[in-house]
Amino acid sequence: MAEEIRIGVFVCDCGSNIAGYLDVKELAEYAKTLPHVVYVKENLYTCSEGGSNEIKAAIKEQNLNRVVVASCTPRTHEPLFRGTCGEGGLNPFLFEMVNIRDQCSWVHMQERKEGTAKAMDLIRMGVAKAALLEPQEPIQSEINPRAMVMGAGISGMTAALALANRGYEVVLVEKSSETGGLLRSLDRLAPSGIDAASLADRHAEMVGNHPNIRLLTSTTVEEIQGYIGHFNVTTNTKGVRDGFEAGVIIVATGAGVLKPVGLFQYDGEKVINQLELEERLKSETFSPGNVVMIQCAGARNEERKYCSRICCMVAIKNAIALKERNARTGVRILYRDIQAYGTENEALFQKAKELGVLFIKYDPARPPQVQQGTVKVFHDLLGRELSLPQDLVVLSTPLIAGDDNEVISRLLRVSLDENKFFLEGHVKLKPLDFATDGVYLCGNAHYPATVREAISQALGAASRASIPLSKGVMSVEPIVSTLVDEEACRGCGLCVALCPYGALEIVKTEKGRKVRVIPVACKGCGVCAATCYQHALSVNSYTDDQVRKQISAFLNP
Amino acid sequence: MEQVSGKIGDFHVSVRKRARYVNEDLCTGCGSCAEKCPTMAVDVFNAGLGRRKAIYKYFPQGIPSVFTIDAPECRQLGQGKKCGICAKVCQAGAIDYGQKDSIVHLEVGAIILATGYEVFDPSVIPEYAYDRIANVVTALEFERLLSASGPTAGHLDRPSDLELEKEIEEIRKEAKKLDRQIRQLEEKHGRSSASVIEQVAGGADKELRDWAAQAEKLLTMEKSLAELEKRKAAAQPARKLAFIQCVGSRDFRYNRFCSSYCCMHSVKEAMIAFEHDNDVRSTIFCMDLRAVGRGFEEYKLRGGSQAGITYLRGRVAEINEDEARNPVVWYESTTSRQVIHETFDMVILATACIPSSSASKVAELFEVELDENGFFKTDPLAPLNTSRQGIFTCGCAQGPMDIPESVAQASSAAARAAEVVSPARRSA
Repeated sequence: MAEEIRIGVFVCDCGSNIAGYLDVKELAEYAKTLPHVVYVKENLYTCSEGGSNEIKAAIKEQNLNRVVVASCTPRTHEPLFRGTCGEGGLNPFLFEMVNIRDQCSWVHMQERKEGTAKAMDLIRMGVAKAALLEPQEPIQSEINPRAMVMGAGISGMTAALALANRGYEVVLVEKSSETGGLLRSLDRLAPSGIDAASLADRHAEMVGNHPNIRLLTSTTVEEIQGYIGHFNVTTNTKGVRDGFEAGVIIVATGAGVLKPVGLFQYDGEKVINQLELEERLKSETFSPGNVVMIQCAGARNEERKYCSRICCMVAIKNAIALKERNARTGVRILYRDIQAYGTENEALFQKAKELGVLFIKYDPARPPQVQQGTVKVFHDLLGRELSLPQDLVVLSTPLIAGDDNEVISRLLRVSLDENKFFLEGHVKLKPLDFATDGVYLCGNAHYPATVREAISQALGAASRASIPLSKGVMSVEPIVSTLVDEEACRGCGLCVALCPYGALEIVKTEKGRKVRVIPVACKGCGVCAATCYQHALSVNSYTDDQVRKQISAFLNP
Repeated sequence: MEQVSGKIGDFHVSVRKRARYVNEDLCTGCGSCAEKCPTMAVDVFNAGLGRRKAIYKYFPQGIPSVFTIDAPECRQLGQGKKCGICAKVCQAGAIDYGQKDSIVHLEVGAIILATGYEVFDPSVIPEYAYDRIANVVTALEFERLLSASGPTAGHLDRPSDLELEKEIEEIRKEAKKLDRQIRQLEEKHGRSSASVIEQVAGGADKELRDWAAQAEKLLTMEKSLAELEKRKAAAQPARKLAFIQCVGSRDFRYNRFCSSYCCMHSVKEAMIAFEHDNDVRSTIFCMDLRAVGRGFEEYKLRGGSQAGITYLRGRVAEINEDEARNPVVWYESTTSRQVIHETFDMVILATACIPSSSASKVAELFEVELDENGFFKTDPLAPLNTSRQGIFTCGCAQGPMDIPESVAQASSAAARAAEVVSPARRSA
């Protein structure tokens, strides 16, 4: 006889995130009335140690064989609760999560009654599915101990060196003909005063001499197949294709610089951007008369809402360089907010003021007007227009996402943000990881960063990447596609063509052509199961029966 | 930390593990001890705004989920009285009043200093009257007020009204005691207090005079209680909020540096307050509004367009209090070039992120240098390295930064430490 289904439901207040907007007591009472539910508990925080102890205790004391938690998002908390079930002696995949926060209380903050009713629907559906869950075993996979780092700027070189110093083999791929990235265009770095090119040279030398690093310049990545532990990379070096396997990938592809064509009379001669100024500063004799810098040129506007973080500091650094070169150089910085965050930056801002750099706040609704020999600006604080003499206008333009970001994001199947910078896995908790396992990011590819920040992030990304490398094997979630009805499969290959992860292949068997699943590559998206008209494929924990039961629970309260 | 010796790859560290008077291996975190503990103490985690028991867990999600006795507050341990209630109710037998501090010796290859920071105490700024006006709070205190597990369960009750509540509670307690005594007298002598008061007016012996005095005191108390109750009933949650930036930062009297994260936490707190109550309107007084991370500028703009936030450029000169205990903010609007005073329900001070008070002691112990601000000194090109080989630092211990940057730096520091301590496993 089949085992009796005994479901425990834990309803989380999430502090006030849920309890503040839904009637949690009522939800708990309601859960008690659902089929197979033998135990219900409301917690202030189910994810706290106390909450998980209660789950573990209930599994034992109430003889639970299914657990449902109605709380926040599976993105961050499903692994935690699965782990708790495992510790409590239950197969972790006999757990079902119901999202009554992100998908309910947060979107129905003003509709307590309706929100509570919706949460009841969600819990009922979760319980219905839980009754049909089956135990699963994790899939083990080996990790190739080689890393690929994309981009050989300061971030990429730092990350590559950190991994190589720990003994891992690194392939460092750079699309241009030399290493160093943006550093090559800069003059000096603040506050160290070090020459940017020499920093790039120093790193290039260490990279070049390191026995564990293979540097491929003038090389693009054409194709990436596979998954964590086994990424198959195809490169193209000046038309010659080559390939290798890597266990992990770090994206350090940097960012581009906006050429402010059409803004503030930009001409690259008398009106230039900060990068062009740095190029001129490399010549010791360069010393213009009066310089006006305009911040947020092409940033914090309708087209590009974001603040590019570092441009204020670039302007301040260059203003100091001009003043130190010739104290009589007039330097005026027209700004909206001076973004001199932190200790070092604020100190440089103060130093610039002490050296006589003038900071003038402007209102974006009345932007500065660049004219022959002058810049006209409405001084927000004086309340009148000023006419500032200028021999050179320097525009502080934002860093923009690299041209290749969309291509790379497709190759790696990782996300970009609305400005086309690479998007990390979790803004607070996983700042250096992608949502895709085994792929990490750092530096300007993520968001504009100072050299100090880029170095710090690169070391961090290397640290994250070294975790699977040092473990050697990894355990993959068994929520993957399975050929549940081999007889039914006709080997048509429709699923293979549609699988976005290359996780299916057609093999010849005694019974003819049949599909085969490569479980470690499978992400459990379900495209194959939805496509297969023979219903031969099914995704574990999302079987047709389970989903059908959920839908019917929704329709029949 | 008691002692550190040795060098990179081979440090010897002695650590003092303080007694918690609870056996960590036995405690299940059930909390019956705290439920029954008779002693109340100030809740430090809730920025002193709430109260907790003398046996406590620092905050609900704390790890490990184990209770601790606040020894100086505890009747048994700190005050030499007989109590022992927690030991009696603990079914796990985890309470250990005899527990002593222990010294743990560690042999390590690398050290990471992640000792964090402290929040600037704004009471030294006379013009903001933080210690005189109840409804002027720090951002961290406000954060606790907004929190569901905080002292007001997330409702924006004003500290002045919380004080009122406390006052009412105290008077009520005293009145109850007095009432009991008077009732006993009435029963014993079989007459009413009113008649005693009347008789005393015409002269009487000491016992009766005392009785009358007590009865009259009770009447006064009841009257003031009614008055306070009326005020409490009329109390409104805070709806008009002022956030003041750079309190103790970018201020040459205190700290010259920028604390980096406070602009965003003020925007965030104003957003959360609005989400809690859509009638909330906030003004953020700032010099520069530094929204420099991914999505920050967009978040700031959304605060302005959808969450009732006004960003006002101007440094607040002074805060007074009006009769209704509302803070009155005096400032110069630099964009309209006028001196303005405006009444708010509450003022929230975005206090500076300052070096932890133990930083100089830690620096001395570990022989690492501090920077001119008192944070652990790092090299711009090796941002996790302290001045001593094998010792690294991350997070706000090296300077103010936000959560993502701290989390990223923690991984970076681990990478540096790993380079020292572990020749790679399974490397090529």
